[in-house]
Amino acid sequence: MNDHNYIQHNDNPDGIDRRGFLKCMAWAGTGVLWTVSGGVLASKTLAEIAKAGSLLPKATDLSFLQISDSHIGFSKEANKDVTGTFKIALDRINAMPAPPSFLIHTGDITQLSKPEEFDTFDQVLKSCRTKDIFYVPGEHDVLNDGGKLYRERYLKNVEGQGSGWYSFNKNGVHFVGLVNVLDLQAGGLGQLGDEQLEWLEADVKGLGGDTPIVVFAHIPLWTVYPQWGWGTSDSERALGFLKRFGSVTVLNGHIHQVLQKVEGNVTFHTAMSTAFPQPAPGTAPSPGPMNVPAEKLRGLLGLTSVKYKQGNAALAVVDSTLS
Amino acid sequence: MNTLTFKIPIAALLCSLASLSVSALGGDMKDTGSVGTSENRIEIKDFSFNPQTITVKSGETITWINRDEEPHTVVSVEKQFKKSSALDTDQQFTITAGAPGTYTYFCSVHPKMTGTIVVEK
Repeated sequence: MNDHNYIQHNDNPDGIDRRGFLKCMAWAGTGVLWTVSGGVLASKTLAEIAKAGSLLPKATDLSFLQISDSHIGFSKEANKDVTGTFKIALDRINAMPAPPSFLIHTGDITQLSKPEEFDTFDQVLKSCRTKDIFYVPGEHDVLNDGGKLYRERYLKNVEGQGSGWYSFNKNGVHFVGLVNVLDLQAGGLGQLGDEQLEWLEADVKGLGGDTPIVVFAHIPLWTVYPQWGWGTSDSERALGFLKRFGSVTVLNGHIHQVLQKVEGNVTFHTAMSTAFPQPAPGTAPSPGPMNVPAEKLRGLLGLTSVKYKQGNAALAVVDSTLS
Repeated sequence: MNTLTFKIPIAALLCSLASLSVSALGGDMKDTGSVGTSENRIEIKDFSFNPQTITVKSGETITWINRDEEPHTVVSVEKQFKKSSALDTDQQFTITAGAPGTYTYFCSVHPKMTGTIVVEK
């Protein structure tokens, strides 16, 4: 696997050349990777954090975890036991000396939106010490019913609008969960749609510019690799509403690997899957599941820890693998 | 060729288990339930429809079969025929070509995937 030459062309007229783009990105192909915007942070796997409790933020600070792309029901060569690796991820969370305030699941809970797959996910999740979980759907969760079953199960604790988007506040941080996997148009990318964009504009209108913002959605809200559909066609409009804020963190899943880009005050970050890796952009004929030797699999799966320390503008985003 | 003849009965079996939907282009519904001829077969592989453009005669069947490990759908852009459910690996979907014309379709899960059906008289 070549982790240096996978961006062949600069397709985005965003003023960032290939070299600059690569500098802003980290790919988890070689193990634990992390990137921090606007600060320095030591690398810690969750296992290490479990041993070194004194390094955790004080209780007044906010810490939460992102898990993504559990694909319960998938049973192909890339990982024949996705339920098992999901359990390992939960074990890692449970091993933290101070549990995170809550979890965010950025979609693709299931492989095929089947009720029994959602059942398995919910059953396994019971072992998780952290009970507060916020969801956004992946395209795999809304395959045949436009997301009805997903909404019935996973939006009970929030005031879901439209097809299931919402916002909430924690410790002075404003969180926005967006849906970009429904009503997709032929030839296009992920999509938020006018109704959701209008809601977002109104949702953040009354907030001060110093309010830290965390936006989470399944498909990246930046154009990672449009040839594979890894982007959201109208994400620029959404980001336009967030321009005036001093700290914006955008958390996505979908591409089953860690990529990060920093653009002004906005940090874009994608998480690993707990199920199977996908190839780096453009390195395979398609973005389908990537088969790796069994002993390497857990090094390509993982979760993301996010910490907000009051007074610091940027949130610290740390990725840990399951190896 | 051996591979192909071997695969078709398996695909047909999987298909019946998955309650195959059969619908018709242009409203000319024919509940044939049959597997299309090899000429009217569209393989879904590496996130693309192969062939991307297919020309058929009115009344013939067209069958898509998913060879990816990722679910895909077949959805008419202009809602001219009933959409497939999500097709898992080796599942298939068959329609019967109706009125002559050009029909575009895409995968609603991966909308970059598009294809065209040309129906001749």
